[in-house]
Parts: sequence; structure tokens; C-alpha cells
Amino acid sequence: MAGNNGGKRGLRVVGKPFVKVDAKAKCIGELKYADDLFLPRMLHTKLLRSTVPHARIISIDVSKAKAYPGVHAALTGADLPPITYGALPVSEDEYPLAIGKVRMVGDPVAAIAAVDEDVATEALDLIDVQYEPLPVVTSIQDAYSMPEPRIHEYGELGNIHRRQVYEFGSVEAGFAEADHVREDITFYEGSTHLALEQHASLAQFSHDGKLTLWTSTQDMHYLHRHLAKVLEMPASHIRVIATPNGGGFGGKCDPFNHEIVVCKLAMVTGRPVKICLTREEVFYCHRGRHPVLMSTKTGYKKDGSITAMHHRTILDGGAYGGHGVASTFYTGILQPTTYTLPNYRFEAVRVFTNKAPCGPKRGHGTPQPRWAQEIQMDKIADHLGLDPAEIRKQHAIAPNSITANWIRIGTLSLRQCIDKVVAGSGWKDKFRKLPHGKGIGIACSAYMTGTQTPIYYNKLPHSGVQLKLDRSGGVCVFCGSAEIGQGSDSILAYIVAEVLGIDPFDIRVVTGDTDLTPVDLGSYSSRVTLMTGNAAIEAAERVRHMLREAVSAKLEVPGERLSFADRRVFDSQNPDKGVSFVDAVCLAEEKYGTLGTTGSYKPPAAPGKYKGSTIGPSPAFSCTAAIAEVEVHPETGIVVVPRVWIAHDIGQAINPVLAVGQIEGCVYMGLGEALMEEMTYRGNRNLVHKFPSFLEYKSPTTLEMCDVITYLVEEPDANGPFGAKEVGQGPQLPVPPAIANAIYDAVGVRVDEIPLTPDKVLKAIRAKAKGQEGRYGPSVFPTCPMPPAMVVPTPFQGGDGKALEREPAVSKK
Amino acid sequence: MKPLGKNGRKKLEKVHIRLRVNGEETEVAFAPHKTLLEVLREDLRLTGTKHGCELGECGCCAVLVDGRPVLSCLALGVAMEGHEITTVEGMAVGTELHPLQQTFAELGAAQCGYCTPGILLTAKALLETNSRPSRDEIKEALAGNLCRCTGYIKILEAVELAAARMAGGQAEPAKETIYGWE
Repeated sequence: MAGNNGGKRGLRVVGKPFVKVDAKAKCIGELKYADDLFLPRMLHTKLLRSTVPHARIISIDVSKAKAYPGVHAALTGADLPPITYGALPVSEDEYPLAIGKVRMVGDPVAAIAAVDEDVATEALDLIDVQYEPLPVVTSIQDAYSMPEPRIHEYGELGNIHRRQVYEFGSVEAGFAEADHVREDITFYEGSTHLALEQHASLAQFSHDGKLTLWTSTQDMHYLHRHLAKVLEMPASHIRVIATPNGGGFGGKCDPFNHEIVVCKLAMVTGRPVKICLTREEVFYCHRGRHPVLMSTKTGYKKDGSITAMHHRTILDGGAYGGHGVASTFYTGILQPTTYTLPNYRFEAVRVFTNKAPCGPKRGHGTPQPRWAQEIQMDKIADHLGLDPAEIRKQHAIAPNSITANWIRIGTLSLRQCIDKVVAGSGWKDKFRKLPHGKGIGIACSAYMTGTQTPIYYNKLPHSGVQLKLDRSGGVCVFCGSAEIGQGSDSILAYIVAEVLGIDPFDIRVVTGDTDLTPVDLGSYSSRVTLMTGNAAIEAAERVRHMLREAVSAKLEVPGERLSFADRRVFDSQNPDKGVSFVDAVCLAEEKYGTLGTTGSYKPPAAPGKYKGSTIGPSPAFSCTAAIAEVEVHPETGIVVVPRVWIAHDIGQAINPVLAVGQIEGCVYMGLGEALMEEMTYRGNRNLVHKFPSFLEYKSPTTLEMCDVITYLVEEPDANGPFGAKEVGQGPQLPVPPAIANAIYDAVGVRVDEIPLTPDKVLKAIRAKAKGQEGRYGPSVFPTCPMPPAMVVPTPFQGGDGKALEREPAVSKK
Repeated sequence: MKPLGKNGRKKLEKVHIRLRVNGEETEVAFAPHKTLLEVLREDLRLTGTKHGCELGECGCCAVLVDGRPVLSCLALGVAMEGHEITTVEGMAVGTELHPLQQTFAELGAAQCGYCTPGILLTAKALLETNSRPSRDEIKEALAGNLCRCTGYIKILEAVELAAARMAGGQAEPAKETIYGWE
């Protein structure tokens, strides 16, 4: 049976569709999200936010608001230490409340704590802020042409935040070897997470001087560090509890100003303080998909093999750094992980603009370059008269290889994934054979299972698990991971149950609490199952060893003959001889005293040794192939996607029904980005968001969602727990390009810009009807001064993973 | 800005009414502008009802009023006197889950779980008027409930499975729903 690899491998829990440990609490309305928490004497907070996109703050007067009945405190930036914070150490450029200037509409300027939300909202009207407007940077083009006024002083060049240039091998030599070279300029619009839960936080400062924050965060550990820094308190006096997230998708990864503000207000008032953002505020918090303009120049041979790629990206970063430097790397650094690419040059630029900051959204920086390459592959196949499925299969990267940029790939069954969707969709009978207006398209991807490097430099474990067992037979798992709906709590229970031979529901799981649980870096980068899973295996194996020794002594059976299954520990050669799991725990407690073990996980070192080589490597890579079927209405340009076939190499599904659910969710989010979702702003009206609401920010409903035929491909990877690899992000990547390629198959036009809205499709159809190029998309790629490339010889050239000295340094000698 | 009394203090402004929620009569006092959502969550502490926008756009806050789905963020609490309100807390009978709650748990149709209460109640109302709805009818009924996690597929399958079980069958999910396709 597909997806039941676990059973074939003799596993009893892993690979089975156990109900999630929190599923029933979710279905009866019992689970408490952050805004569901109420404490006695709790105050409510509202933030006064900037109404202008870029301005100096001349004055803020909160005196009237402070005096308003029911108000307990009013804060401005002056009430907090002038300490900046931000997701990455290289771009800590945010204040909890603005100091000196505002950089976007929505920047928080003042905060009120009051008896209820109504009073707090009324008091906001009594705050007087005087602004001196500054010229506004609205776009990539503005950022290139307006070095002044600078949104931040620390960027590399005017309003250019960051530039990255790498050359792996020689693209010049690669292009010389090619039969053809083509360049495509493409654009991928920004989109937002749109998690249903609005961000909420509740802070309590107790009289022993300790602070507790309950908050909807994906990355509790990093937030903990930022709170300590900005509030100037020892981290050990701060407890952060990550409440179950009502959806994350990357949108609750950054440390947020409102989280710091409620802590400060709790400290000032001595009362619990809660905030829940409005939906409009969530749109301005954003941190979602960067809009990226790309130029992808590729050399290829007659057989479709790629000889070189020169890939350039420009990211519209918005008003703050956030995770942006990492996002910038990700717009190119995973490009060589899908198809063989011997020579690769990558140039990326991130600019600041006066808009909501962008950051990590499902796929973090990689859906954009994947889109660029996958629609280009379709054009290459078309040009060469080759089947786009075959060309991908032929040139898919080999398992157990090292890419041009020194990323080690383990298992990777991309060819098998392609075979699955080609057979399932009836590709060979449909491609270029469907009637006008109907089409089919394919795209592929590979994605990492956790990043090799933590966000701040350290040599500590990425994930820790503690186990507590006692004479009741009870097993409790403690881990700092954050449950965001993906099932991370359940994965811990499944894995410990597998190792100890008990039922997942025998286990209690405690997660996301800095006081109670060992550090885990958080729910980002598709790292959780692999890293917490490996840590959990280590902890569980250590306690199993103790149980085994104790039972072995009692039964006088050699330890290696003992099996753990069905809540028993027994002689595998004489299964009737054994003890119950509870008795085994008692025997071990007798022998060793109070029982507790730990496990931890740190990813293996990557082979790259150049500066920047720590971004991209991962313990394991998943891969995906997707085929989309579309119907394009030639007179309206409306695109309907009835069906997507998708095959994903997950290594080993720890729980197949959850894995299939993640893939369906990825297809959904990819469909939304492909067809309708866009974060756009009114350039001529103070750069406000065009439609910061669920109604007008279009996302697919049940009526737009397509059917999904999912195939789980299971090729266990040595680095994954029981062989498991990621599933939460990678399957989104091929969906938008598969749809774009299907549109070409349907009506013969190329839309090189996401989202593929009807107006763009129609413009391309009309252009084609007039005998012009049947294409819609950008045609100009602006340039800015770039630093010299870091040149890194590839493994194919016999390199050692280090960079050559930069060219200017060489010329000085 | 609220009017202040002669002594500079706010006037007493709460209304005191009787509501029938999940089959139980309860008295509650709240400011008359409060929505049903706010009354349920803040005054009755029935936090199973969620909110995603408080503008009637996402469907998270759907509850049943006299058996019909209503967005509680758009309904005033004061208008609910004399009506029967059902929230997600009222779906299970004792410790026995409603078949929809059971199938949503089984199929992972609740990922983050935040849209789940509104969807469960909307689906419950559908099944009470149409015991064996087609896939398209389920889609139509749930078109006002947004979900960002699941792509809706496990939700649609869970509603179908619950409908089959409520019709008296020993229905099990399709193999492909659980394991994917061969």
C-alpha cells in the first residue's frame, strides 16, 4: 500500500494514521490560543500606528490619553531603552515603539493599556503626533534612483539593504559550451500568510520580578532572547510560552513590537496586559513573501542539459530587515538543488521601501526562483521540441551528490516523483493534445529539511528533548517546539511511542515553554520533525536502555533479546515471558532512581567552507513533482484549475494522513499565490495597503480549490528520524509554475508574472492575436553597482569548498 | 467618546438579558454594542468560538442561531434574547463527540484548528437540512469559511464521512484519503 512504508519496515506507530494528540481539543473548542486566555485584573492594549509612510516624528503628546478614565498607562518609544531588535543579528533595526522616525504606515508610535479595548481605542484618539514628512520610497525602481533619504542608515548603499554575488564555477565557460542561451525576466508578486488567527499576546509581571509572556509565536526561543535584550532583563527571569498558533506559515516567526510592548506595559502597571491585533494590523505586520524581480540567463545543450545559469534577483524588502538577508540568499542559493547545474552565478539585491516588511512565508525565498527556473525549463523544452517531463527527468539532480554551491544532497527520488504524476495524470495523452483553452503543465522542486545553521552563531544543539517516566508508567515528553497546526506535538508522541513500544496516547507532550522545556529553535525552515524527532529518538533510546537493563536482570533474559511492543517488554524468543511497560518502568526506577533522559540534535557539518556557505545546506532534501490541469477562458482570461497531481518524496511519512494534509495545504497556498493573492499598495495615497482585509485580499475558498491527487514517495534518508524528510513547504514550490506552464499549453501564451490574473492572461492572448509576442511580464531588469563576486570552484572542478580570493585582492598583489 | 455622568464617571450602561446557549439558560450583563462573538468569548468565556477579522469575512466566528449558521461578529448580543444559540462547545453530547468532530479529528481536517469551530457548526447545519450532500453542495455551504492550512480537501472528506456515518453506515475513509494514491 502506498504510504505504508512504515508497516513494511516493521514499525508499529510510525507510518500509521494516528489521530493527532491535540485534534479532539481542537474539535471541541477546548484548546486555548493566545487570545483565549483571560487573567484577573487583565488590561487591554491598543497601539497608535503611523498614518504616514515615512516621516520624522517632531513630537508625541500622550498626556490627554494618560488622563482618560480607564487608562492605566501610555507608552512611547521614549519609555523603552533605545535598543533595537530584529530577527537576524545582521539587521536588528526595529524599535518596539518608534523613536525619531516612522518608516511605514502601521509603524507603532504609542501604546495604551486600559480596562478594555474600547477605552484603549478611544484614548488613541487623544494622542497628538506631529510628523515631518519625508520623501517616500515606493518600489524597487525608487530605491535604485533615490539613495536619499535613507530608510535605514546601515544598508549597504543608499536604500539598498544588501547585495550578494557568488560565482560557482564559471558561467562564461558554461555559456561557451552551450548550444543555446536564453534570458527570461520574470516577476513574482508578494503575498501574505493570512493565518486565520490574528497575532495575540498576554504578559504578566509577577511580584518576584519574573515576567511571563503567552504569545502566538512560531519561534519562542529567538523571541526569548530579544525580550531579554530589549527589556534589559536576564533571560532566565523571562518565561515565554508559545500558545498553539492558529496558523503560522512564517508569519509568526519574527519577534514583534506588540510582544515587547505588552511585556513593558505589564511591568509598568503591575497587571496582566493583553493585545490582539486587528486583521488590518496583521496585514501591516506582514513579514510575508517578498516581491522579487528576476533575470535568469541559462545556457543549455540540445539535449536540454544546463551548462550554466546566471540568476539575478531584486527583492522589495519593505521597511525593515527582519529575516530579509536570509530571504535574499534563498532567492538563489537552492537553485542548484533540483537539476544538474555545473556553473552558477547568483546576484541578489534587497532594497528598503516604505511598506510592510517582508520575510519568511512558506518556502522562504524559494518559490520565486523556482517559478523562474520552472517556467524557463518549459520554454527550453518547447524550443528544443522535447517533452518537459522528460527533460526534467533526464536532468534531475542525482541522489547523494554535492551541488555546484556545495550543498550535499542525500536521498532524492525526483525521477520517481515525475513518473508518478506523469502516469497518474495521463500526461502523454494530454500534453499538447488537449483542445484550445485546456492545458496541462509540469514543474518540480527540491526543498530543505531544516537549515544547518541557527539564526545566531552558536555551537549548541538545535533541538532538545527531555523524557520523564515514573512508576505510574506515565511518559512525558518535554520539547521547546511550537505547535502551529502541522502536528509537531503529535510527532513527538509518535516517535517516543515507537521507540518504547507504547501507544501515542499513553504519552503526555509538553512543548513551547521556556521554563519547562529544553530549547528547540522553532517552527521554521521545515526543521521540526527532523530535528525534534532525532532528539526524541535519542532521549527515548536512552531510557529504553535503562528499562531493558532492569527487565533483563529481573527476567534473566539477555537485554538484546528484549522487545518493546504493545505496552510490554518481552523476550523476543519467548513472547509470553515479559513484563508490562508499567512494571518495566518500576523496575528501572528501582534500579536507577528517578527516571529522566535527554536527547539533542545538531545537523551535520556542510562541505562548503566559503562565507555564506552556511545558508542552504540541510540534513536532508525533499523533492516534488506537480502537474496542473487548467481551463483558460479565451475571452476573459479567467483561469480555472480543476486538478493537480503531486508526488512528494518525504523519506518516510511519520503519519501519512498528516503528510497528505500538508501536501494538500501546499497545493492550496501555491494555487492562491498563482492565481490571485497579492500584497499591493496605493503608491499615490500614502502607500497604504490596497486591501488589508479577507474580503478583498483574494484567497481561494472551497469553490476555487482544485482537486489534488497526492502520491507519497518514501525513500528513507539516513539523516531523518526513521528516514523522514520535510513535507510542509516544498510541495508548494512547483504549483505556481506548473499552472503557468499549463496556461501556455492551453492558449499558447506566457504570463511571466505572478499572480496569473485574468487581465494579464487576456493581455497576452490579445497581443498574440495581433501577431505580437504572446507574453505578459516584465521586460526590463534594472541594475545597480554590484560588488565583485565571491568565486568558489565547484566540486566538479576539484574545488575544496573554499572561495578563491576576490578579484580585486588578486590584482593588488 | 462615551458620555460621562454629572460626577464625571461613566454611566451604567450594561444590559442584562437571558440567553439560551447550548441548551442552557444563562443570565448575562454586557454593554449593548457588544457583538454575540464578544458576549460569548468575553462574558460567557466560551472561547471555542474564534475570530479572524471581526468584519464578517472569514467565517471563523460562525455559530448556530436557531440551527442556522450566523457570523457572531456581525450579530448583536442584545438581539439574541429568545433564540437558541449553539457553539462548538455544545456539539458533543457529554464525552461523545459529534460525528463531524470525530471525522475532523480522524482525517486531520483540523490542522491549526482555528477555523474548525466555525466550519464544524456550518457543516452541522448543512447535514441537518441535507443529510447526504454532494461534494459541490458541501463546497457551496462552506464557501464562506476560510481555511489556510488544509486546502479544504480533508474538511470536505470529513463532512462526507460524517454524513455517511450519520446515515447509519460503518463508513471508513478512502484509502487514498489516508495514504495518498498508489
